[in-house]
Amino acid sequence: MYSTTGIEASNYVSTFNTAFYFITGVSLLLLVGLTFTMLYFVFRYNKKKNLVATQIEGNTFLEILWTVIPIILSLVMFYFGWAGWKPTTRPPKDAMNITSVARMWSFLFVYENGKQSPELIVPVNTPIKINLVSMDVIHSLFIPDFRIKADIIPGREKFMWFLPQIEGKYKIFCAEYCGLQHSSMHSTVNVMSQEKFKAWYAESAKVAAVGENAGPGAAGEAIMRAQGCFACHTPDGTKLIGPSYLNLYGTQQVVLREGKEITVTVDPEYIKRSILEPNADITKGFPANLMQSYRSTLSDDDIAKIIEYLKSLNDK
Amino acid sequence: MSTQKDIEEPSYLDYKGKYRGIFSWILSTDHKRIALLYLFSILAFFATGATLGLLMKFELIAPGKTIMTAQTYNAFFTLHGIIMIFAVVIPGLPAVFGNFLLPIMIGAKDVAFPRLNLLSWYFYVMGVSLVLISQFTGQGPPDTGWTFYAPYSFRTTGNMLPAVFGAFVLGFSSILTGLNFLVTIHRMRAPGMKWLKMPLFPWTLYATGWIQLLATPIIGITLLMIIAEKTLHIGFFDPALGGDPILYQHLFWTYSHPAVYIMILPAMGAISEIISTFSHKTLFGYNFMVASSLAIAFVGYFVWGHHMFTSGMSSTALYAFSLLTFLVAIPSAIKVFNWIATMHKGSIDLQTPFYWAMGFIFVFMIGGFSGLILGSLATNIHLHNTHFVLAHFHFIVFGGTGFAFFGAMHYWYPKMTGKMYDSRWANIGLFLFLTGFIVLYGTMFYLGYKGMPRRYYDYDEIFHTGNIISTMGSWVLYSGLGIIIINLFASLKSGAKAPSNPWGGKTLEWSVPSPPPVENFKEIPVVTKGPYSYK
Ligand code: HEC
Ligand code: HEM
Ligand SMILES: [Cu+2]
Ligand SMILES: [Cu+2]
Repeated sequence: MYSTTGIEASNYVSTFNTAFYFITGVSLLLLVGLTFTMLYFVFRYNKKKNLVATQIEGNTFLEILWTVIPIILSLVMFYFGWAGWKPTTRPPKDAMNITSVARMWSFLFVYENGKQSPELIVPVNTPIKINLVSMDVIHSLFIPDFRIKADIIPGREKFMWFLPQIEGKYKIFCAEYCGLQHSSMHSTVNVMSQEKFKAWYAESAKVAAVGENAGPGAAGEAIMRAQGCFACHTPDGTKLIGPSYLNLYGTQQVVLREGKEITVTVDPEYIKRSILEPNADITKGFPANLMQSYRSTLSDDDIAKIIEYLKSLNDK
Repeated sequence: MSTQKDIEEPSYLDYKGKYRGIFSWILSTDHKRIALLYLFSILAFFATGATLGLLMKFELIAPGKTIMTAQTYNAFFTLHGIIMIFAVVIPGLPAVFGNFLLPIMIGAKDVAFPRLNLLSWYFYVMGVSLVLISQFTGQGPPDTGWTFYAPYSFRTTGNMLPAVFGAFVLGFSSILTGLNFLVTIHRMRAPGMKWLKMPLFPWTLYATGWIQLLATPIIGITLLMIIAEKTLHIGFFDPALGGDPILYQHLFWTYSHPAVYIMILPAMGAISEIISTFSHKTLFGYNFMVASSLAIAFVGYFVWGHHMFTSGMSSTALYAFSLLTFLVAIPSAIKVFNWIATMHKGSIDLQTPFYWAMGFIFVFMIGGFSGLILGSLATNIHLHNTHFVLAHFHFIVFGGTGFAFFGAMHYWYPKMTGKMYDSRWANIGLFLFLTGFIVLYGTMFYLGYKGMPRRYYDYDEIFHTGNIISTMGSWVLYSGLGIIIINLFASLKSGAKAPSNPWGGKTLEWSVPSPPPVENFKEIPVVTKGPYSYK
């Protein structure tokens, strides 16, 4: 999947390479040159060979020389870096818009027709502009093969754009520390042929289809996978950051409402509130402010499916 | 204990003052005793931080869980970062070698404010204690990373406040030391020691003092703002309260970038002393060395933005910061050229401190060159926040400051303890240390280039081989470190007595007995020649 054999997965690879190889090349030359000069002096002017040192106070010409040459070199380095970065600020007008919704600890990609996917699916050779939205803390969308990354900052409008040039799957990592599961916050870019992408884009299902042996609640489970609920909740009784879903439906819960402890029943009403206003009732023993509202990405219908799924976990 | 017969004054180690036992140390206002207080506290915290590093590297030997949970790993790199930055490398050279040697090198009997000097050690201990307390109280250790980035630092249940407050107190310690050194250098130089007759190490302490005095208050305010926001819910940084997380990053790096120069400048000063002494030659381009130290301190204030290239600053800010970053590299390059030129036509005595200086130049160059790669915009966008950055700053702060610290340790050890150490073991230790260092951190350049982000508890299978090699490097580094430290401690007992000038150095500290008497000089010397006058 990951290849550095000169394939240019995105439009940034070649400009990155120019800057990287130029700076690295010059640096390696200097590193080797200076190290060997030093070793040679140490060998040649060892006190066994050179009993008395020649006192030299300095040499202004040399000082000027080794100030000016590095300045020129570094200006050239700066130029290559700047030239390679400039295009990142100018997305083409006809770029396809996708919104990336980041939250602890998942990415969700929302398309203009309302389609949602946990994987970034894009057509090859089409400029893609990603609007970066964070629901909670700072994350960073990083696609190593594309040589691009951008921080995702809550409350700020930001974007990144790129041109995928080769079909295939590429890793996405979160590159800004965002808490417990930061290192499991990853996804993939799936670059498809234009035709395949069109077919996928036209599929009516909002969330990618579920496996054949779909039981009750399968649709809800798929939605929750896409939304990243399982980063904090498990279906099997294990406690992560949030309470497990196992046997949750219908039980009595102690919650903190406005600082007071009260007991509630986990019914559809309560679940809906938990998803849309997670900080209204805080389940006792769990941290507040971690789960963020899903108002912008889940419809009433989705929530109904989620409730179906939670119910299904009670029979186990 | 002193070796010269003509001196009756007791050394600072033998001196009997008002207090006995431990109190003769922790209540002493002698700059030399305070230096040793710092030395032992810093070594203890370094050992703690280094052990955390070793455990983290062990965790990373394979993807998934090896020996600890993600929660523990996150707490470890946070504590490791806070300890190493605020409690080890920032105070490191100034508080230990600056305290011990600055007054002697400029021909003074002590620093300008001896009591303030002791107070700053107490602030230091209080600061670190607060950081340690944060580990064991509240709802779990802090897990924000040493950068405390908002808004995560407001979401986490980790016990962040005491740690932040600890860093704040450590800042005070740093300010007091800086202030003390500035006044000492301005007012207490021996008669005849004009500014340009001062050795390089005091010069770099002088430049550092200004950074400590002017930059540290910024982090102080910032940390106070966090505390106010967390307790009083005033929205400075958290968007949920109407604050701006990017403002936090600006404030944080406005201090933390110059702080890198607090770490590296005194290191460069110590290396300059070592190279001149063992080459038996005056420092090449002394004036340019002084000027470049001041230039680094000055330009260092204007490059903080290079930590935020991907955060969405304006385009103008991006290229201005990138350009300035390239310019700040120039004075460092000038220093490297001058060090190497000093060796030319010298009469080089290959002793342990000189090997450390060579090691320093080598790893510092790698650190600096990788800094150019990170300072360039197109490459930064790929490499930012990856293991490449981790490698870069370990090469600079551990490679730079760490190598200089151990170099200084082996250079001034005879002066400080009155003993010589076993140089064969010292060299073996250095060799292992350098090898381990390059394997451990060199591999991280590759991992970062391939795309492995930093602060990653778990990683993709493609990064496995690199991590195995890197972890094995950490074991080699550790064996080296162990040998070095054991050797130095063992030599306290078994080492031969040190003469007052074992290396043939020309600066003033070599004119007083080893270890120096309480008041350093019987008579304040009158300086007539430059600092490295071998003629
Ligand atoms: C960042 C971690 C996180 C994510 C992601 C997350 N939650 Fe939560 N969730 C929590 C925490 C912590 C609590 C307990 C505190 C509270 O009540 O807000 C919680 C509570 C709940 C509750 C109430 C449980 C009880 O025992 O009362 C429900 C229901 C719930 N979440 C559903 C969801 C759904 C559905 C999703 C995905 C759409 C989701 N959560 C995503 C962290 C998360
Ligand atoms: C003794 C050997 C050392 C080892 C084995 C070591 C190892 C590590 C490791 C594994 C990490 C975390 C990697 C990650 O997941 O991001 C790290 C982070 C760090 N190290 Fe070290 N390190 C050592 C010494 C030092 C020294 C001397 C310093 C001095 C400045 C230092 C400063 C830091 C800092 C600032 C961080 C970043 C912490 C953060 O991300 O918040 N380390 N180190
Ligand atoms: Cu993250
Ligand atoms: Cu910096």
